[in-house]
Amino acid sequence: MYKAFLIKYGEIGIKGKNRRLFEDALIKNIKIALDRVEGEFEVTREQGRVYVEAKSEFDYDRTVEALRKVFGIVEICPACLTETRDFEDLAKEIIEFIDRTYEKKDFTFKVFAKRADKKYPMNSMEINVELGSRILDAFPDLKVDVHKPEIELNVEIREVVSYYSESIKGLGGMPVGTNGSAMLLLSGGIDSPVAGYMVAKRGVKIDAVYFHAPPYTSERAKKKVIDLCRIVSEYAGPIRLHIVNFTDTQLEIYEKCPHDQLTIIMRRYMMKIAEAFADKDGSLGLVTGESIGQVASQTMHSMFVTNEVCKYPVYRPLIGFDKQEIIEKSLEIGTYETSILPFEDCCTIFVAKHPETKPRLNIIKKNEENLNDTIDALVQTAIDTTETIVVEPED
Amino acid sequence: MEAYLDNSATTRCLDAAVEKMTEALTVNFGNPSSLHMKGVDAEEYLKEARHNIAKSLGVSDKEIYFTSGGSESNNTAIIGTAEVRKRYGNKIITTSVEHASVKNPMRYLTEHGYEVVYLNVDENGIIDLEQLRNEVDENTILVSIMHVNNEIGAIEPIEEVSKIIKEKNPECLFHVDAIQSYGKIKIRPKELGIDFLSVSGHKINGPKGSGFLFVKDGDRLAPRIYGGGQEKGLRSGTENVPAIAGLGVAAKYADEHLEEHREKFYSLKERFINAISGIEDIHINGKTGRDSAPQIISVSVYGVRAEVLLHALEDKGIYVSSGSACSSNHPSQSSTLQSIHVKREALDSTVRFSLGIFNTEEQIDYAAKTLSELVPQLRRFTRK
Repeated sequence: MYKAFLIKYGEIGIKGKNRRLFEDALIKNIKIALDRVEGEFEVTREQGRVYVEAKSEFDYDRTVEALRKVFGIVEICPACLTETRDFEDLAKEIIEFIDRTYEKKDFTFKVFAKRADKKYPMNSMEINVELGSRILDAFPDLKVDVHKPEIELNVEIREVVSYYSESIKGLGGMPVGTNGSAMLLLSGGIDSPVAGYMVAKRGVKIDAVYFHAPPYTSERAKKKVIDLCRIVSEYAGPIRLHIVNFTDTQLEIYEKCPHDQLTIIMRRYMMKIAEAFADKDGSLGLVTGESIGQVASQTMHSMFVTNEVCKYPVYRPLIGFDKQEIIEKSLEIGTYETSILPFEDCCTIFVAKHPETKPRLNIIKKNEENLNDTIDALVQTAIDTTETIVVEPED
Repeated sequence: MEAYLDNSATTRCLDAAVEKMTEALTVNFGNPSSLHMKGVDAEEYLKEARHNIAKSLGVSDKEIYFTSGGSESNNTAIIGTAEVRKRYGNKIITTSVEHASVKNPMRYLTEHGYEVVYLNVDENGIIDLEQLRNEVDENTILVSIMHVNNEIGAIEPIEEVSKIIKEKNPECLFHVDAIQSYGKIKIRPKELGIDFLSVSGHKINGPKGSGFLFVKDGDRLAPRIYGGGQEKGLRSGTENVPAIAGLGVAAKYADEHLEEHREKFYSLKERFINAISGIEDIHINGKTGRDSAPQIISVSVYGVRAEVLLHALEDKGIYVSSGSACSSNHPSQSSTLQSIHVKREALDSTVRFSLGIFNTEEQIDYAAKTLSELVPQLRRFTRK
């Protein structure tokens, strides 16, 4: 029944000179999202509003679903756009709209008009009153309630005239691509895909590194990471995924360093390798799924030691989340089911029974000296032999 | 070199079976229930396959019922018997080493008021016949025992089992899961007093989604699927004609070459075991001689996780299973290995090599050599 959507965006409307840039990115991302939906769409903008208009037959549910994954959208309102500007004709059209939209005409309502086009002969208040009374004449069982109406009938008079009475919540955030890019350390677990999502939500383009350790981790574990990446890309757009063969580096650390420090030292090298790809891809930061105290490598002490090798800022969007909160978020995003598939990742495979939880930087650095002769070459080989793929949403 | 040594998980389909299946899909593609010629032509495939299978077992054609495979055959025999014979008793006897497609129907029946007794096995996986003798009573309606264990290749003494059942309660029915034995060991259900026998097509170089259940004439089963009454009402649904045609070809081939294959497998098995016997700290589970299944070799490699070994072998083109492929996607440990008292630390360190008709001596030598090289390398890196 609806042929159009009025897209409301919040934060990006108030960004001064940058506004145009943000709107351009939003429109671009909406177009990309709609490319995967059957149908022809026109996306236009006018004074703090974006309109999506279907120019052919289209799948309503899939369109809404696609729009609901675009960061930057606060509300999606299925709307009617009209050429009619004359008030009397417009009132008739809106009465017909109510007639076909609502089966039972016994609800409370209010008219909420916005007249952005100051040349229009009536102001917002007058439209509210006049339109309200005409609707009451047409449907005598309706009641006006200006405080808590069941239905809010919105009429917007701009260059385009539109009216709508329904609103679907969007994800909020900012359009991806408006805030630089970051390198996500992606494992097969629950946390890191959520972390990537959270950062992408703030408009950051995401690229990712995965540490593969064959034969200790399986081909299926790698496939699972690609699948997770694909789910995140439905929100974040295409992701360059760097698949690093980490086995030899990991085994070297395992042989030369104290076992209870394996994870910490390993994570320091993961950060270094991630930074090499951040350099290549022009990222402005690293992103991890760490949350304080969740596991041995995520205590304040451990993160202090891990962080010490990084020259890039490390963003940890889940830092204050409890596990249950992260799980809920991953269920919302749709990554949970894939994350819990039982394939080991390289962090768990050699983990000590009692890993160090309060590592000291000087001791860790001292023990890393055992690696001096070999590790640079191994890290370089790991970087040079990395397989990079671009992961995009499925059609 | 590539060596596919996971033939107890599944096998490569015979070319002759594929050809027949293609023909059944593209030329004689009719529905066997149709009255016209297309239907009659399609029905010919069913007749031919049924006949070849019946012949391989020395039973009559009308005792063969096509299913979607081993799991369905097992489910039909077990739950179907339980339903039909409810008023004669509620006790069922099985073993602690059955495949999930027997174990889980048993669990289902336990929830529905049946008493299920699990026979213990010795360190070789062989059931305790004395326990069986003590358990079979007037209330027992079914005994279900696998012929060859899928994880360690133990051969269960089904002839003795049958004798004990007939002696203690002649009314009690006997189901044999022959999924790992059909085509490798000659089976004569009539001589062995077997009432139901399950077989899967893809374990004998036939297609996946094919299988059959032998049902001794006169025994009744309640169907699992109701509908158009195909397979004499036991298994409704348009017959999977191409799969059945392929199954027929595979069954005939397996039967005609049974001795030749058996000898080949035993010889390859012996060759493999000899070649790996020098590796330190490994153990071959169950019996290893001619009193074990010809195609299965279960090896515990202490200090190496099975999944890691599996992927390391895979990297060299060698394909094996950890535990049994059907249960290895779950982190839970194998109940067969637990039942034969494999050491706790070896439960997660056991891989299965299983032979097939396309394997060669070169592949076996290559696999043994690769294993000998990999084990010491992998042992350097174990979880401390």
